[in-house]
Amino acid sequence: MKKYLTFFTIRFTTRLQYRAAAAAGMATQFAWGFMNILMFSAFYRANPAAFPMGFDQLASYIWLRQALLALLSSWSLDSETLEMVSSGNIGYELCRPVDLYNMWFVKDVATRIAAVTLRCIPIFAVSFFLPKPYNLSLPPNAGTLLLFLLSMVLGFCVIVAYSMLVYIATFYTYSPLGVRWIAISLTEFLSGSLLPLNFLPDGIRRVLELLPFSSMQNVPLRVYSGDIAGQAALWHILLQLFWLAVLVALGQVWMKNALKRVVVQGG
Amino acid sequence: MIELADISKTFKVARREAGLGAAVKALFKKEYDYIRALDKVSFSIREGEMVGYIGPNGAGKSSTIKIMSGILTPESGECVINGRVPYRDRVDHVREIGVVFGQRSQLWWDVPVADSFEMIRDIYEVEGDTYRRNLGELTELLNLETIIRTPARQLSLGQRMRCEIAASLLHSPKILFLDEPTIGLDSVSKIAVRDFIRNINRERNTTIILTTHDMQDIEALTERIILIGKGRILLDGSLEQLKKNHAGGKTITLEFRGQPPELRPGLFWLERQSERAVIGVDNGALTVSAAIAHLSAHTEVTDLSVSGISTDELVVRLYQEYGI
Repeated sequence: MKKYLTFFTIRFTTRLQYRAAAAAGMATQFAWGFMNILMFSAFYRANPAAFPMGFDQLASYIWLRQALLALLSSWSLDSETLEMVSSGNIGYELCRPVDLYNMWFVKDVATRIAAVTLRCIPIFAVSFFLPKPYNLSLPPNAGTLLLFLLSMVLGFCVIVAYSMLVYIATFYTYSPLGVRWIAISLTEFLSGSLLPLNFLPDGIRRVLELLPFSSMQNVPLRVYSGDIAGQAALWHILLQLFWLAVLVALGQVWMKNALKRVVVQGG
Repeated sequence: MIELADISKTFKVARREAGLGAAVKALFKKEYDYIRALDKVSFSIREGEMVGYIGPNGAGKSSTIKIMSGILTPESGECVINGRVPYRDRVDHVREIGVVFGQRSQLWWDVPVADSFEMIRDIYEVEGDTYRRNLGELTELLNLETIIRTPARQLSLGQRMRCEIAASLLHSPKILFLDEPTIGLDSVSKIAVRDFIRNINRERNTTIILTTHDMQDIEALTERIILIGKGRILLDGSLEQLKKNHAGGKTITLEFRGQPPELRPGLFWLERQSERAVIGVDNGALTVSAAIAHLSAHTEVTDLSVSGISTDELVVRLYQEYGI
């Protein structure tokens, strides 16, 4: 166990050094958040009844998404792991008495937590004090907050397990760029990162909510504002658990197969 | 301790002609070559041995090392090290080996080397006492006191390589694989690294397998060499034996005044200038002392030296002999 903690610490401290990247990321996240809010407020002004959630709930959804972006988004992948196969450094990585799946999982977790630590606090702070209804409001009650925390941790694990599949795919494609873009474009829309999934037509929404992508952002962010509550929340959390188990199992089997045919590049 | 039997490995390599036309063609139909990197490689190495594994570029040295360290799976054949099959039992296997790839780094780039060492300690779960003892010993032998506090990216190649070697020994491995450990080092660092490797082998009885293109490494370090070419083991024996069998005789370098000497049977010219000559002696036909007697009787010798063939020349001769 201690060795995983070590991996976590080294990744975390290394990533914390990237202050300029964090500042730039934060600026983008603010700008994108404001643009989203402005756009939706125009829509809501036209006809507030046409939308499946209240504007204040949507504002919370957007700000929470922006604050937790590094934690829950498909594109905050660990570039070092992505390059590992194409650069051939996988050689040393495999000389360590550590399960590669677990090691990469921990590294991804550390990268994301480091990134979000630097970025989330200013976004939380500012968005809390924005005028109503443009602000990030507190969840309706303590129970919801707990449920949200649970669902967020699960969503986080699901996205990491999903990222693991991207990393493993680099064993087969050598260059990490292609897989990365495919993974990102799939997830951006399907996970509710662009739009909460309940904004979509009913038929499509029902299907999408069953997919693993919905477990990544759509579920935790909507649990926060109470849009998914009670029985529905439990059902979604069970679904998150299910997908987490499936993705982890899939990743481990795939990793095992990939390692059988690994070719360490270069001399 | 290390047993390889009939290990084979083929790589699929995409090939195409240069140029745009060929690139477009390759979009639709890719052509592959199959390279037989290892072809029924077999050898065995005892505990505490130090073996030089040599061969030209692309001969299969690195592939063999990768198989023995568990990161490459061969297509066929058996490899058993310490009773384990490395690529099947990777995690347990790598606990007992140390690896240095001369072309790569295992140190974390941005942190002082000491931090990397501590990380390695945690990864291998090295006991506190063992770690302190190993670290102390390695620091002293490799002269690391000051460099250990520097970030890896600011070290010179020689300093870094010393740290890399130390890093691979912190967990007291039974076997050490060194893949070109002296590549790019200056003479001082090379000698330091060699001394150290010899020491470790002697004192800890660590089994060491070393690949290199530097024949001085081989000469200084190993008694046994294994020669690989085009994926096959061509020779396996002691360096002395090889020299005897393949080096032919001695050479005599001669400086003289006046006419060059007439040669008798058993002597032949290797180099012939106005006042300097290099003459080969055929061991079977004539002893070195008879050759010297003959030469000094037939010319006015001002200086004379006798030498055996250098390992470099030996290897070139071997490569030629085996057509690799």
